[in-house]
Amino acid sequence: MSSTTQARVRRVALIGNPNTGKTTLFNALTGLSQRVGNYPGVTVEKKVGRMSEGVEVLDLPGTYSLAAHSPDEMVAVRVLLGEQDGEPRPDLVVVIVDASNLERNLYLVTQVMEVGRPVVVALNMTDMAAKAGMSVDPAGLSRSLGIPVVPLVAARGEGIEDLRAAIQSHLDAAPAQPAWTFPEPFAREVEGLERELGQERCMALRALVDAGGTVELDLVASRGEKARQALSEARERLRVSGKVPAAYEAQARYGWIAQAVAPHVSRRAVGASLTDRLDRVLTHRLAGSLVFLALMTAVFMLIFEWAGPVMDWIDGGFGTLGEAVSGAFADTRWAGGALESLLVDGIVAGVGGVLIFLPQIVFLFLFIALLEDCGYMARAAFLMDRVLRFCGLSGHSFIPLMSSFACAIPGVMSARTISNSRDRLVTILVAPLMSCSARIPVYALMAVAFVPDLRVGGVLSLQGLVFTGMYFLGIVTAIGAAFLFKHTILKGPTPPFVMELPPYQRPRLRNIGLRVWDAVRAFVIRAGTIILAISVVIWALSYYPRGEDLREQFQAEREALEARELSEDDRTAELEALDRRERGALARQSWFGRIGHALEPAFKPLGWDWRIGMAALASFPAREVIVATLGIIYDVGDDVDVDDEESRKPLIERMQASEWPDGKRVFNLPVALSIMVFFALCCQCGATVATIKRETNSWKWAGFTFFYMTALAYLASFVTYQVGRLWL
Amino acid sequence: MLLSECQPGQGGVVTRTAGDGPIGQRLLEMGLIEGARIQVIRVAPLGDPIEIKVGGYALSLRRSEAAGVEIQP
Repeated sequence: MSSTTQARVRRVALIGNPNTGKTTLFNALTGLSQRVGNYPGVTVEKKVGRMSEGVEVLDLPGTYSLAAHSPDEMVAVRVLLGEQDGEPRPDLVVVIVDASNLERNLYLVTQVMEVGRPVVVALNMTDMAAKAGMSVDPAGLSRSLGIPVVPLVAARGEGIEDLRAAIQSHLDAAPAQPAWTFPEPFAREVEGLERELGQERCMALRALVDAGGTVELDLVASRGEKARQALSEARERLRVSGKVPAAYEAQARYGWIAQAVAPHVSRRAVGASLTDRLDRVLTHRLAGSLVFLALMTAVFMLIFEWAGPVMDWIDGGFGTLGEAVSGAFADTRWAGGALESLLVDGIVAGVGGVLIFLPQIVFLFLFIALLEDCGYMARAAFLMDRVLRFCGLSGHSFIPLMSSFACAIPGVMSARTISNSRDRLVTILVAPLMSCSARIPVYALMAVAFVPDLRVGGVLSLQGLVFTGMYFLGIVTAIGAAFLFKHTILKGPTPPFVMELPPYQRPRLRNIGLRVWDAVRAFVIRAGTIILAISVVIWALSYYPRGEDLREQFQAEREALEARELSEDDRTAELEALDRRERGALARQSWFGRIGHALEPAFKPLGWDWRIGMAALASFPAREVIVATLGIIYDVGDDVDVDDEESRKPLIERMQASEWPDGKRVFNLPVALSIMVFFALCCQCGATVATIKRETNSWKWAGFTFFYMTALAYLASFVTYQVGRLWL
Repeated sequence: MLLSECQPGQGGVVTRTAGDGPIGQRLLEMGLIEGARIQVIRVAPLGDPIEIKVGGYALSLRRSEAAGVEIQP
């Protein structure tokens, strides 16, 4: 017998101020049964987890208030009011509250109590409150508020079962009933709008107070200009009465909270807290800056240096795997065929190209999660805000931009910590301009081969200066681009930098682990699939067409060589040289080679011949392949190590000898600089584009980054070459 | 005087917060309402933003934002 009346899944929404342990509580309630997604049309992450049979918990973005000015707050408000497309209105709302900062946290509680749902307060961090000399009586607070208050220490799992029980037993409870009233004439205006617009009271209140906010925009969209006019008239009447609507709301709530809380909280004086003592050093003008610099150097070392060996293992592992696959093909009738090449050069290399970024992602997110969990991240933003403000960003953008020097992928992903979506987007758009570690081989090769080995003023190496110059070029361009974006396509009011500096606390391993796991999963699954697809397309472009006559010609040469009288060593060497020439010939007549030829007129203004153009094109999926590609094109093989003088010598000699058809040398200093500038600014990284797509939830911004950077790179290297030709 | 003009250690009672726009509204919501006691704790290394104590917690805000808050020392 089948049951036709399947119980509806009940939905609990979890909301709270930032830094209240909301994520810890969410993890404690749902364990690992979490689904992560995005709300349609915005970059706000949506997390749902299962709490018990038939009960799901939705983790809403952290917010200080229901006044919706940012997309995060907008989603929170829409979900609570049942206005978010595809989201059921929650059956119950849990507001998590920091007991050591009760008044400000209860502000949000009073707002949530007005949305017409049952509300449960999770009174978290009662241990921290006790340390700060505060003790809160949950039962008394519950009586004053008229809703259940469950004391917790979420970080230690204390009180979680009580909260679960409270949630289960209140799913069908009556909506919370606010006990406060708003003063005249504010209350009268809210009631007037309630009637005039036919809205629930809390909607009318939000529309009135949050000028330009979500509720007003939604109302104007559905009710037309009449709604806008009614709202602005009501605001004007209040203004005449002496206060803005927001002041009425804030004073009424805080006033009520003060008298409701007072009987249930006892405070005793304690000495300077650990946070105060730490902050005296960590945000001190000199000491704080030094600690910050030391920490950033450590991050940089972590993702730049220490991730290196792990990346080498991954690289080596996939190399071995590729060889093993080739080995399995040997002596079969598919040996040396398209299938082998697709598996080895397309798929194995493609998967390797995804996983190679994991060490950097893991190290950076470990670090970020640690800093954020212990409360230092807010201090970092506090220290660096002034530095980033002149390009229109805030202190929150520092770590994403800084970590992009190692690799833009973890950099772009770490922009999640920026709460303002416009700032976050600008940061993501300019992060790939920072010179990442993959650009180093290009800079090194060009600098060693074509920049004179001179000392400027007898001390500074000219090659080193050019190298450093490329880093500065990236920084200056990023600043300019950020400024431009903030004043054009992403124009908007400066977001508030009004931010709590939360008390320091011991980081929780479980949170950090989940955070790193989230980042890894997001990158491998969402970005990885796109990267793999790109790898296969690129493989096809550089493999086909095969040109049978070319292969026959080389086969004939090979047979001739076999027939010649040679020592075993000489024969091996000759055969290897022949292999390299064959790879070069095949590459030159592949689609990439042909496109390079066809586009030579476009590359010429940059001072490039078709070979350089082809190498640059083939580097679009991953810029670091440029050296290997040049190696193949110049018939010296793909195994060139730029840091090894012996290894790089043949390639450099071939490049230096490379000529235009009229006999002029292709490479000189302006050409080398033009190549370096192009690689410094161009978006040659499929993995970054895929990550931007995933992080912004839109191909539009991924495409925009690709095109603006590529256009900028072309223009800048054009100017570099043309100016360089006149001067150098 | 304006909160933006205060030096570390200075403070007082808020007499008015310009509540216009999202920034002013946020300041009110964070507890910078008429009658609230606040104190400037310290200033960031480059002179801005500032850290203040309000309602028992630490809040960071830029001087330009603090210019919307009047206090009575």
